[in-house]
Amino acid sequence: MKKTYKIEVDCAACAAKMEEAAKKTAGVKDATVAFMPQKMKVEFDEGADVASVMENVLKNCKKVESDCEIFLS
Amino acid sequence: MTKKQRKVLIRIIVSAVLTAVFCLLPVEEPYLRFVLFLIPYLIIGYDILRKAVLGIFNGQVFDENFLMALATVGAIILGEYLEGTAVMLFYQIGELFQSYAVGKSRRNISALMDIRPDYANVEQDGQLEQVDPDDVEIGTVIVVQPGEKIPIDGVIVSGTSTLNTSALTGESLPREVCEKDEVISGCVNLSGLLRIETTKEFGESTVSKILDLVENSSMKKSKSENFITRFAKYYTPAVCIGALALALLPPLVNLVLGNPAAWSQWVIRALTTLVISCPCALVISIPLSFFGGIGGASSKGVLVKGSNYLEALSETKYVVCDKTGTLTKGVFEVTQVEAAPGFDKEELLEMAAQAESYSKHPISRSLKEAYEKSTGKQIDTSGVTEVEELSGHGVSAVIGGKKVAAGNAKFMKRLNILYTVPQKTGTEVHVAVNGAYAGYILISDRIKPNAKAAVERLKAAGVKQVIMLTGDARNVAEAVAGEIGVDIVKSELLPADKVAEVEKLLASKEDKERLAFVGDGINDAPVLSRADLGIAMGALGSDAAIEAADIVLMDDDPVKIATAIDISRKTLRIVHQNIVFALVVKFACLGLGAAGFVNMWWAIFADVGVMILAVLNATRTLKS
Repeated sequence: MKKTYKIEVDCAACAAKMEEAAKKTAGVKDATVAFMPQKMKVEFDEGADVASVMENVLKNCKKVESDCEIFLS
Repeated sequence: MTKKQRKVLIRIIVSAVLTAVFCLLPVEEPYLRFVLFLIPYLIIGYDILRKAVLGIFNGQVFDENFLMALATVGAIILGEYLEGTAVMLFYQIGELFQSYAVGKSRRNISALMDIRPDYANVEQDGQLEQVDPDDVEIGTVIVVQPGEKIPIDGVIVSGTSTLNTSALTGESLPREVCEKDEVISGCVNLSGLLRIETTKEFGESTVSKILDLVENSSMKKSKSENFITRFAKYYTPAVCIGALALALLPPLVNLVLGNPAAWSQWVIRALTTLVISCPCALVISIPLSFFGGIGGASSKGVLVKGSNYLEALSETKYVVCDKTGTLTKGVFEVTQVEAAPGFDKEELLEMAAQAESYSKHPISRSLKEAYEKSTGKQIDTSGVTEVEELSGHGVSAVIGGKKVAAGNAKFMKRLNILYTVPQKTGTEVHVAVNGAYAGYILISDRIKPNAKAAVERLKAAGVKQVIMLTGDARNVAEAVAGEIGVDIVKSELLPADKVAEVEKLLASKEDKERLAFVGDGINDAPVLSRADLGIAMGALGSDAAIEAADIVLMDDDPVKIATAIDISRKTLRIVHQNIVFALVVKFACLGLGAAGFVNMWWAIFADVGVMILAVLNATRTLKS
């Protein structure tokens, strides 16, 4: 399953960091962060609980880039 | 400006004013100077310092924040208060500029693609009600008033009007529509009131598909973007280690040799190189360039599904075109009627049209249209009996008591009738009445008016060969090819043969050259996906084409292919300029900084100045 989220991030390098952090999160099969349109596309593993996975994604992203935001709804 | 940006701007102004005032104050006491300069420094830099510390705890040691924090704190410790504060100040100015420029081009591009309809008018109890397009079910009748956007794909139930399709196609000429016409969402209704029965849900409508495609295009990253991301990953740590070495090694060597160590001189040089080395200019300007290029292209009716495709397009050396629907209109028209002695043209056309009237083939439709256009009469099929179709040959029928045969040359041979061979090329329909030859009618597909110009512009854009593939007969294909000026023609191909031809070409070209296939999206999905780059044209309303292609031309003008290549070349040129410019300036300054020829002020230029110039250069891609 794939989902796209609106995000807020200030620089292109930070977006790349968020992408890596999201990719490493358990339950995430693949993730792409596009800086220009400020979007994050997440592909989830089969049977993953989207809501809790995304909470972890947000937590991991905040770790690498404290100023970022993912709008989960 | 956003709230966040305004806050930064205020901090910049306050901090700059304070710094200037403290510079002018005649304070000599070092501790007092330190405390004074600490105020503007912290005002402007507290968030960078915070991020740098957080970064260390979260395992993100070598990032821009760390570079800036280390360089400025180091400068302050060495007593260079003004330099430390100024570096932070200029860094923040650069960041603000960057975020402003990015926001602006994002808004520009959304304005270009301003096709999202906000509401749909649904009639309820004689009253118009505005509802969310998402809530409109298939089969609902919606009302579109003049000046409004069509929110959902559908068929006109009543009303006539003209539509502005320019937001979708880049075509400025309005399109006339009337009852029973299919209309697509995203067009603006210009003149009359339209009632439209929806045929799709909003999410499946053209406008949603296009918006989705454009918004997702930045997800597919180009080689240049990936290169920069990887580059920054190794570059920043390397620079930090280099700076550390520069601060430690020369003084230690000095000590060993018994000279004065000159610690502060080398530490300052190391800090200078740290400031210079910040990779922002590259990291921001490259996605910005691609985003601008894709945005500029979509405003011209060329949808590019990803930065990687824009990059591949700029390397295109071979363009393979389908004939029907791509270079020709795909609409068959009668181009010549040649009656044998004893028959007249109108009679010939009427008989052919009557005989073929039961066939659904495009040829029979074009015969009927030609007859109705030239005489103004409807075709009368009441006297047509005993219709027999011989596939691959033609039709025979009894019309008003006469036995009429209409078909190709093979059919005439089979009936042992002597026929005239036409001078011009096209699909031939020979007609015989009661066994006597009555003449022939030529039907051809019209070449698009822009096809020749398109091939010329492709050549001018650096394409080596334009190749035309078609299922049509050889003489027809060669006549079209000669007129348009394509280099190679392959005719009488079945759909599977087209894939084989493209594969042959793919195998014979050089590695760095790209091959693009252009088709109308009908029957050529396999070839579209096999080529390096699949370009579908005239894709408005054709979902299959939008799915299968990498680049979608919204209207059916072949010149757009060349336009797209031009845009991609320009984008890539700007990307390369930025990479080279930024790297040359950075490495030059790095060398000079390490040797001690460049001070902190030059370092700031090498960082912020280069970034601003690169961003300004990148925004040029929007204006194509």
